[in-house]
Amino acid sequence: MAPPAATTASGTDAAAALRRALRRSGRREQLRAAALVLPLFLFLLATFIVPIAAMLGRALFDREIGEIMPRVTAELALWDGRDLPPDPAYAALIEDVRTARDAGTLASAATRLNYDVAGFRSLLFATGRRLGGDVTGSPREILSAIDPKWNDRETWAVIRRAGGPLTDFYLLAALDLRRDASEAITATRPEQAVFRNVLGRTLWISGVVTLVCLLLGYPVAYFIARQPPGRAAVLLFLVLLPFWTSLLVRTVAWVVLLQREGILNNLMLSLGLVAEPVRMIFNRFAVYVAMVHVLLPFMVLPLYAVMKGISPSYLRAASSLGATPMTAFRRVYVPQTLPGVGAGCLMVFIQALGYYITPALVGGADDQMISYFIAFYASKTVNWGMAAALSIMLLAATLALYAVYDRMVGIDKMRLG
Amino acid sequence: MKRSLSLKLGVLAAMAAALSTSVAARDLTVVSWGGAYQDAQREVYFKPFMATGAKMAEESWDGGVGTLRTKIKGGNNNWDVVQVESDELLIGCEEGLYEKIDWAKLGGKDKYLADAVNDCGVGAIVYSFVLAYDGDKIKSDPPKNWADFWNTQKWPGKRSLRKGPKTTLEIALMADGVAPADVYKVLATDAGVERAFKKLDQLKSNIVWWEKGAQPPQLLASGEVVMTNAYNGRIATANDKDKKNFKIAWTNNLYTIDSWVIMKGTPNKADAEKYLVFVNDPKNQKNLPSKITYGVTAKAATALIDPKVLPELATAPQNIAAALYINDKFWLENLDKLNQRFNAWVAK
Repeated sequence: MAPPAATTASGTDAAAALRRALRRSGRREQLRAAALVLPLFLFLLATFIVPIAAMLGRALFDREIGEIMPRVTAELALWDGRDLPPDPAYAALIEDVRTARDAGTLASAATRLNYDVAGFRSLLFATGRRLGGDVTGSPREILSAIDPKWNDRETWAVIRRAGGPLTDFYLLAALDLRRDASEAITATRPEQAVFRNVLGRTLWISGVVTLVCLLLGYPVAYFIARQPPGRAAVLLFLVLLPFWTSLLVRTVAWVVLLQREGILNNLMLSLGLVAEPVRMIFNRFAVYVAMVHVLLPFMVLPLYAVMKGISPSYLRAASSLGATPMTAFRRVYVPQTLPGVGAGCLMVFIQALGYYITPALVGGADDQMISYFIAFYASKTVNWGMAAALSIMLLAATLALYAVYDRMVGIDKMRLG
Repeated sequence: MKRSLSLKLGVLAAMAAALSTSVAARDLTVVSWGGAYQDAQREVYFKPFMATGAKMAEESWDGGVGTLRTKIKGGNNNWDVVQVESDELLIGCEEGLYEKIDWAKLGGKDKYLADAVNDCGVGAIVYSFVLAYDGDKIKSDPPKNWADFWNTQKWPGKRSLRKGPKTTLEIALMADGVAPADVYKVLATDAGVERAFKKLDQLKSNIVWWEKGAQPPQLLASGEVVMTNAYNGRIATANDKDKKNFKIAWTNNLYTIDSWVIMKGTPNKADAEKYLVFVNDPKNQKNLPSKITYGVTAKAATALIDPKVLPELATAPQNIAAALYINDKFWLENLDKLNQRFNAWVAK
């Protein structure tokens, strides 16, 4: 007894309609969810992603010379770089320098070119000044008469390198590399090389701080996790207490504590522990102490959260099977805390990488981390290309570490609570 | 050091200026660095100048040649006379932001310290980087020069220098026996730079670096360092306000000059020149050092200055005799390269 065809047809129709309705409502759900997230997304886009991308872009784009000196940039793009540039380049340079001088943009061009070769600033200004007066002869003769540097291939290579619109000048410099006159990449001279060293130091300091935080934080978290809830709440509150004071104040407090005639030295002197004040500030020791102090809560909290979730019955089961307390702790407890260890270490390490104010205040000159140099170029010498290139290095190091962590531990295994 | 201007004053002045520009032709506008410094200038220069019947308004700024560039290029410049630091004088003059100074009107170039004379500006104040120490801690046989600064045997303890190559390299060369007149000649060569860093190597483990002008007196007071490179004004202030007994060894101090400039194309050029004549009159200049420890630039003023404050000034004859004028032209050219070199050296 086959059911009437019409019924079957209407049955499939109904199913399809239901599916459509479901899809529609599903889509509506998705739209609503997207609409709820949209404000945050737009906020992040406008305040975070776009400005950071624009800043990092400064390391890659080099439009200044191309805009201020368009004629010579175009001419040099045709130059093979082997011998001195052809005559039109000389004429174009004269034209460009005259225009830039009248427009008052010569200073920006001079600043940019001086980054590459010291002395370019005055070369350009002297040229501008002399071109303002009476000059005779072919463009090549005029420029050679003003300064013999215009007979140097390297001088023109510097302008061409800066011609943009894309450049690797800053990124190479951030890696202690540069391009020579023949455009080959070579190492910066050893007495000028600084950034590889700084990056290595940044990673080292962050690593040491992370390790010390782990060694100090693990027992604390373990202790708190085993307290009754009331007391644990008080202890956790104490862990969080430092957050009520600004980072700057906490750092300066270390200066007061550690300095030569500071509290700690006076105490040790009066107790007769030392005969001379011990040097504890403006060195690596002070950087470690202050950074560990500031970052310790970020280690304790995820550890505590994970430890709190470990049932004591596992340890009891291990003991009942004959494990000594040490074995039970090592083989049963510690492995279960690893997601917390991973989370804590990653948080401390990544924050430590970007540390600026603490090393600047309590460290010596050779304890400065990469952020110090980013700030140095961003605000002191106003060389934003260099600041951006170093920021890219920092960002790349952070992302690489994140990837390594994900590969080894798995980011989905990280637990903050 | 004068950048710690009172923001409030600046805002008030800016509002006042905004009001006054809306009322057609404006009075002569003089711009200085605010704070205690401008307070002193008001008493010594602005008020007496207005008492002669001249009209003027004052404003404060925070330095930076970009500010002046924007004003001139933007086409609605409302400043007439501005006090600028030496590098701003140099860059702005190159870029044509200032009127040329008519030295005949100011009594001729010979009336002034040679380094205070510039095509675009006339020196206003002179101040120095000096060797300072705590007279309560080093009582007898004090350090006398930069060579002594390097002598850690006789005066054990840390020393403080300004972080960065500027002033540090000059000091290293002078400690190594280079005469002030030859310092920049030597430093312009690779071998000279090498020599300066070699000298710094000897002291490196004993150096604490400072970055802000307020730090050297603090480092001396806390006993962190036994000697330091410092602004002479900060040392005088610490002695004056905090009752310290800091001493200065003036031999081979490094001095610099802030200058008055007239902004290009100002409609008040005649008044601006009158103002410059007034503030460069030794009879008026002599009153400034009693209010704040900056030296002044008219040669004749030195004889008129209160003998009590004269020894504290960078312009006192015995202080300026073996001094080094900081060469901004050199630094403008070489700072990028030497910054990098310095950073690399410091990181080793």
